[in-house]
Amino acid sequence: MNGTNDGQAIRAESVSRHYQIGEAVIRAVDGVTFQVERGEFVSLLGASGSGKSTLLNLLAGLDRPTGGEIWVESRSLGAMSSIELARYRSHTVGMVFQAFNLLPRMTLEENVELPLRLAEVDRAERSARVREALERVGLGRRLAHRPGELSGGEQQRAALARALVNRPSILLADEPTGNLDSKTGAEIMELLREFNDKLSMTIVMVTHEAALADRFSDRIVTIADGKLLSNVVKT
Amino acid sequence: MKASDLGELALRNLREAVLRNSLTTLGVAVGVASLVAMLSLGVGLQQFTNRRLASSGLFNAIFVAPRTNFTGFGPRAEAPVEHPRPLDEAARIEMEHLAGVTEVYPQIRFMTELRYNSVPYTTVVAGLPSSDRSDSAFDGMQGRFFSSQTADEAILGIRFARELSPKDTGALIGRDLVLRYAARQPLNSSTEASDAGAPPKSPKSGKGAHSDSGADQGLSGFSVVPRKKTLRIIGIIKSEPEAGFGGFRATQVYIPLTLAQTLQATQVSDLREVLQGPGAGEGQRYASLTVRVKSSSQVVAVENEIKKMGFRTFSLFDASRNLRLLFALLDLLLGIFGSLALAVATLGIVNTLVMAILERRREIGVLKALGAADRDVKQLFFVEAGTMGVLGGIFGVGMGWFIGRLLTWGTNFYLHRQSLPSVDVSAVPWWLALGAIAFAVGVSLAAGIYPAARAARLDPVEALRYE
Ligand SMILES: Nc1ncnc2c1ncn2[C@@H]1O[C@H](COP(=O)(O)OP(=O)(O)OP(=O)(O)O)[C@@H](O)[C@H]1O
Ligand SMILES: [Mg+2]
Repeated sequence: MNGTNDGQAIRAESVSRHYQIGEAVIRAVDGVTFQVERGEFVSLLGASGSGKSTLLNLLAGLDRPTGGEIWVESRSLGAMSSIELARYRSHTVGMVFQAFNLLPRMTLEENVELPLRLAEVDRAERSARVREALERVGLGRRLAHRPGELSGGEQQRAALARALVNRPSILLADEPTGNLDSKTGAEIMELLREFNDKLSMTIVMVTHEAALADRFSDRIVTIADGKLLSNVVKT
Repeated sequence: MKASDLGELALRNLREAVLRNSLTTLGVAVGVASLVAMLSLGVGLQQFTNRRLASSGLFNAIFVAPRTNFTGFGPRAEAPVEHPRPLDEAARIEMEHLAGVTEVYPQIRFMTELRYNSVPYTTVVAGLPSSDRSDSAFDGMQGRFFSSQTADEAILGIRFARELSPKDTGALIGRDLVLRYAARQPLNSSTEASDAGAPPKSPKSGKGAHSDSGADQGLSGFSVVPRKKTLRIIGIIKSEPEAGFGGFRATQVYIPLTLAQTLQATQVSDLREVLQGPGAGEGQRYASLTVRVKSSSQVVAVENEIKKMGFRTFSLFDASRNLRLLFALLDLLLGIFGSLALAVATLGIVNTLVMAILERRREIGVLKALGAADRDVKQLFFVEAGTMGVLGGIFGVGMGWFIGRLLTWGTNFYLHRQSLPSVDVSAVPWWLALGAIAFAVGVSLAAGIYPAARAARLDPVEALRYE
């Protein structure tokens, strides 16, 4: 069975990521097989150190698996050159992190413009798209602010705007609420939900909070010690 | 990434660590400045020398002397010749008719006594060819150049002029000098030579009427008679004119060359001529002649012709090949010394960029997560290195030029106090300025290779791991 069928966004087949440290082999991800349908909102749930981030980075093409294969929208990541992978990260996926990872010396506008620069989008088109993305997350009036002048929740919103400004079909989020209080975290989750509903983005979110996963996502995939534990489709 | 975006991001990164990057750029500038200052010194000295040589006419002159059977000291290229062809008037005229030759003249210098206001002075008088008029020594002289080659006129060197009239040298112009000199006279017509009978007083008489009676036939010589000539002072010069070969060496009184020839004054070289034996003494012989050629490109051809005629030749055009080589070597050495500072500055660039990678680990990770390829990261660092190179280069050329000006100014201040004319010791031609900037950029890019490759290789997962 190769590739993804029409309805599938992501398909991982026996994916492993092992680290060799001296004699010891650390199996951060160990033979994981799962699929994500187009437009689905999937949560990757697991304890700290279970391999969630490692798996997400493999899906993002930031890292290559030591075994198995990943297809995203019918294309094998393993077959891509590093330049093709960069294009894939630029055009197909958007990423958000627990640590926000905005560039501190750039304004929000410049931060959100970065993916457009990397994708070589026309200069004329850029400012409208940056504005639109920031307005969507409710920061339309904070264009000239720097990340340091914003609250954690606002920073994560800006990071979300940056992730969607290139209009990717897939959003990969690594504990996006990990640094936020529960109320602010819930607001971010509402935004993700909205992207999923209105923009029909496929979302894979890593979290260790079962309650959040349960409340917002369509399906929960649980991993422990790098292996898939359960694959629960909610009703 | 597009070039404009690369440039923008690079500039913004440079501005973010403005102190460190300015210092690094300043390091490049100092390196470039030292290189430019060194080379500008080399270029300046070379230009100065070339100008002096060109104005001296040395590059279109050939020095001609008879072959000798003299086998004394010193290495000689050519074997001694049995019967060398004499360098006489016939040979001079023959040379004058060679294609490309403008003038052939002997060097005339003699010791005399000069009287000014009846006070005697002993000095050396030299004949100046009309072509010397263009010599830089006559630029801005007091008075004027000779009105003709036969005029009874004299130009004085400033030192002698001060000796004659310490207070106001200008007052000398228009005054008369009396030249007393020893004239040669062929023996057969020398009956009037009053002192010829006194052996100690006629050392230059190769064949005194009485001395070597046995060698009378086949030998000839001349006697020396005292003569007088009144000359008008028409000009005073501050520096010596270039004399072609041999130089005027401390000569302080100049008269027209043709006039000097007609005086038939005895010269030091006449002695050898007399001693050269049979055949000597028929007509005037020259110890040496200077041949002026229209352009330096004809020097080699004319020189070969004269060699075929049976004379020794020497030209600076040939000799200057070594001079040019010397200057190339000097430039190379100065360049190497200047480059040392730039090499150190290069290490500064490497250091700054490697530091930047450590500081910007996370930023590089973010860029990669947002879709930057390794190539983009590499180019970004290259543009940063190149920008420091361009800015450092431009600033450095300015600084180097300024240092060159300071050197010139300092040198001329010193020269001025020694009452010597000023000299441009440094020059920054456009090729040096552009070359230095290009070199700075090239070196900076080379310095960027390692940091850029390292930044591009950075593992984004590692860089983004939450701390
Ligand atoms: N570069 C590496 N070298 C060695 N081991 C690694 C490396 N990266 C990750 N690991 C190991 O792989 C395992 C999974 O790490 P990962 O970061 O994916 O966990 P996680 O589920 O995201 O945990 P958390 O919830 O704390 O973020 C961990 O045991 C970690 O120590
Ligand atoms: Mg993690």
